[in-house]
Amino acid sequence: MDVSPEFAAKIATLARLRLDADKLERFAGQMGDILKYMETLAAVDTTGVEPLYGPVAHVSPTRPDEVVRTCTRDEVLHNAPETDGRFFIVPKIV
Amino acid sequence: MSHELCSLSLTAVRDLLRSGEITAVSATRTCLARIAATEPKLHAVLHLAADAALAEAARLDAAGPDPDKRLWGVPVLVKDAICTKGLPTTCGSKILENFVPFYDATAVAGLKAAGAVILGKTNMDEFAMGSSTENSAYQTTANPWDVAKVPGGSSGGSAAAVSSGQCFGALGTDTGGSIRQPASFCGIVGIKPTYGRVSRYGLVAYGSSLDQIGPMTRTVEDAAAMLTAIAGHDPKDSTSAPEATPDYEADLAAWAGKGDLAGVRLGLPDEYWGEGVDAEVLDCCRAAVDAARGLGAEVVRVSLPHTPYAVATYYIVAMAEASSNLARFDGVRYGYRDASATDLAGLYELSRAKGFGPEVQRRIVIGTYVLSAGYYDAYYRKAAQVRRLIRQDFLDAFASCDVIVGPTSPFAAFGIAEKTEDPLQMYLSDIFTISLNLAGLPGMSIPVGLGAKSAMPVGLQLFGPAFGETRLLCTAKAVMDAVRPPMVPRGI
Repeated sequence: MDVSPEFAAKIATLARLRLDADKLERFAGQMGDILKYMETLAAVDTTGVEPLYGPVAHVSPTRPDEVVRTCTRDEVLHNAPETDGRFFIVPKIV
Repeated sequence: MSHELCSLSLTAVRDLLRSGEITAVSATRTCLARIAATEPKLHAVLHLAADAALAEAARLDAAGPDPDKRLWGVPVLVKDAICTKGLPTTCGSKILENFVPFYDATAVAGLKAAGAVILGKTNMDEFAMGSSTENSAYQTTANPWDVAKVPGGSSGGSAAAVSSGQCFGALGTDTGGSIRQPASFCGIVGIKPTYGRVSRYGLVAYGSSLDQIGPMTRTVEDAAAMLTAIAGHDPKDSTSAPEATPDYEADLAAWAGKGDLAGVRLGLPDEYWGEGVDAEVLDCCRAAVDAARGLGAEVVRVSLPHTPYAVATYYIVAMAEASSNLARFDGVRYGYRDASATDLAGLYELSRAKGFGPEVQRRIVIGTYVLSAGYYDAYYRKAAQVRRLIRQDFLDAFASCDVIVGPTSPFAAFGIAEKTEDPLQMYLSDIFTISLNLAGLPGMSIPVGLGAKSAMPVGLQLFGPAFGETRLLCTAKAVMDAVRPPMVPRGI
C-alpha cells in the first residue's frame, strides 16, 4: 500500500513518537515499500492454519505466589531521570 | 604475556589456567592489551571494565584454580543487549546511554558462576535491529578481516572481538540471525540455541518469541563449553525450557573420539543452494559438504518451500513484538528524558523521538501499524499462520535428514555504508537465518574458508531439531576439522 506522510504521522503518534516532517516523509516512502513487500504473504493459502505466536512447546509452569524481595527502592530508582528519592517524577498530570 | 596467547582457543586457555601455567590476571592483561592495540581500528567494545575484570581475576587467582568451574579465569565479552550488574547496558542506543543494571542476566550469572572474567560489553545494532552493526548509536565496528567491511550484525562487536583475539569467547543474541551472520562474516563459530534453552531473563527484549542468547567463539569445543555454562531452565523466564541440560562439552569430547559422520544424513534445502547466492559462497559451502561426505555423511535433498515468505513473515512478527517491547522506554523509569517536555504525553513522544535511532523508530512505527485495529488480521495474524507453515517445513525436512545445512548468508561481508540507504535490501540479506528463529530451532554457523573473489570468510549454517544442539556441535566439529578454515584475520 502507499503510505502518506500524514498516515505515517498518525501511526507514529499511536507509538508515542513525535517525528519531524522530513523523517515522516522518508518513513512514509520506506513504509510503503516494506508493507508492499509484506503483502506478498497474501499469496500463501493459510485456510485453517492455526497461528503460531511462539515456538514454546511446554506449558508455562506455575509457582507459589510468594512475596520475595528482588530489589531495593534505591536500586529501582537509581536509573530514573528524575525522582524525589521515593517516587518517579513526571510532569504534572492533574 | 605474548600476543600468541590471544589466538589460543577458549578451552586451551582454560586448561592452561586450570593447570596453573598462566594466571587469571595474566590472561586478563593479555586480552586488555589486545583490546588496546586493536580498538583504534575495530571499535568492537562499547564499555571496557578493565579495573573490575582485573580485580575479579586477582580474586580468582587468590582462591586458586577450580576444576569444577568450566570457564575459570577465562576473559570474555558480553553483547551490550544483556544486563550486567554494575556495568553499563546500552543496547547500542542513546535512550539507554546511562543505564546501569542492578542485576545480572541469568546467562551472565552463568558465565560468572563458571568462573569467567567479564571484560566489558560489545557494540551492536541499536536494540539488535540490523545486520551490519552500523545502526549502533555509538560507533561502527569494522571487520577484522578487512576494516573497510562490516562485521555483520547485530552481534557485530562480539564477532569482531572474538575473531581478533580481544577475548576467548563472547555472548551474542540472535533474533533473526544476529549471532550466525556476524559469525559467518568474521570467520568464527556462533550458536543460536533452541528457543527456551538459554534464559532470556536480563536480555533487553526485541522480539520475545524469537530472541535467544548464544555463544560466539573460535572453535566448536569453545562454543560447547560456553553453551553448557549458560544453558538451563530458569524460573525467571517462563519460556525457559524444562528439558534437562546436557554437558555439551563432555558429550562433544566423547563423540570426538569417533570423529566420522557415518550414519548422519545432511539435508540440503533446494531453496538455500541456488539463485541469489554468490558463487564464492556456494563454492566454499559445497566443499564443506563434500568434506562431510568424505567423513561418511549421507547427503540428501530436502525442501523448505515457504522460504520465499520468510523475510516478510519475520519482519511482521519482529516489528510487532518490538513495537510492544519498546513501549517501556518512556523517559520515566530509566533512560533518556527530554527536558523540554511540559506534559506527560510530550515527555513520552519527545524522549522516544530523540532517544531512539531511525531504524528502531521505523520498526516501531511499522510494528504499531501491523498490530493496529483493522490491519491486525491481514498482517500479524497472517504472518503467525505462515510462521506455522515455515516451522512445519522444518519438521517435514527432519523426517528425512538429521542436520540441515546451507550458507549462512548469500554473500560474504559487504562494505561499510554499502547498504545503509535501503532498509528493505538490508532485510532481504537475512533470508537464510530468519526462518530458524520463527521455528524456534537451534542452528549454528561455522567458518568454512575464504571466498575466492572477496577473500572474506564464508560461513556454513547447520540446523537441528529442537534441543538437538549436541548433534549440531558434533557435525560442526567434524566439518571444521576436515575443512580447516583460516582463522587469523588479516585486516588488523
